[in-house]
Amino acid sequence: MATETTKSIFWRGVRDGAPFILVIIPFSTLFGVVATEAGLSVFETLTMSVLVIAGAAQFTAVELLRNDVPTVIALVSALAVNLRMAMYSASLTPYLGKATLGQRAWAAYFLVDQTFACSVLKFEQNPDWTIGQRLTYFFAVAVPICPLWYLFTVIGALIGNSIPESFALDFAIPITFLALIAPMLRTRAHLAAAFVSVVAALLLNGLVYNLGLLVAGILGMMAGAQVELIDSLRKEREGGA
Amino acid sequence: MIDPVALWTVIILLGAGSFALRFVFLGVIGDKPLPPWVLRHLRYTAVAVLPGLVAPLVIWPEATGGELDVPRMAAAAVTLGIGLLTRNVVLSICLGAATLYGGLYILG
Repeated sequence: MATETTKSIFWRGVRDGAPFILVIIPFSTLFGVVATEAGLSVFETLTMSVLVIAGAAQFTAVELLRNDVPTVIALVSALAVNLRMAMYSASLTPYLGKATLGQRAWAAYFLVDQTFACSVLKFEQNPDWTIGQRLTYFFAVAVPICPLWYLFTVIGALIGNSIPESFALDFAIPITFLALIAPMLRTRAHLAAAFVSVVAALLLNGLVYNLGLLVAGILGMMAGAQVELIDSLRKEREGGA
Repeated sequence: MIDPVALWTVIILLGAGSFALRFVFLGVIGDKPLPPWVLRHLRYTAVAVLPGLVAPLVIWPEATGGELDVPRMAAAAVTLGIGLLTRNVVLSICLGAATLYGGLYILG
């Protein structure tokens, strides 16, 4: 493969992140509407979007605060929804760990579902990329996502309108993520991980604080690692025979 | 009306907590080598967490009050199927969205 320029990697990242605009615009607008309806000012609403950049956690926090849930419970509940971010952080460490502390801090700030999903897919496909190229791609994916998250939060807070339910925008998340998951299913181990995770997530869907997802994720990772081990041992045996 | 002290406490601590969750491994471990068994598990983070995140949204969409929805199921199947066949993310999204809106239009 020809060596790619950093510029071409940047624009590929922007392009790869662009489909998520379908998700970001309606959800950040909706958060703006919901937050102001709950009594937050535009400034408070925007501050939350800038500091948290995690829709599910933001909605959880506002909803619980609106219902007079104790502050600590609201905080713990919203953070629990974000626990998967720690798993993303761990997963990206082998790829971005050599960056400077400042670069890693900024990468951590922009680590969301979308930047994680695009990056981990591309990093696996391009193992020869330098740390600079990886960072370029990662931040490029964030370019069409995070600024729009802030912008449309404000727009939602200002206009105070809801998007018609007939648009079925709730399904933008499954569609965009399914499209990214498919290319990831390259081996039996990946299929095993996804299958176990889906079954566990559906069975554990009722767990509080979205902890079912955490358990499902960990079980899926274990299944994938185990199948990889089994397959590699099988290859060793066949090779030795 | 939400108590301003409670609100700002949650905004600031949630922001700090979210960042800490994102930074904890990237920042602390950095370029220290990880044991092979840890790396083996981490390879499957995306393919374990993301399907787990999406599955309940597909089977029990909030917009329908948690009931199974044919247009949404069809859209999910098409998105995943096209994705597996072509590995083309943008094409999968477009055809998935087309299936969703086509299904909603036909089935009312």
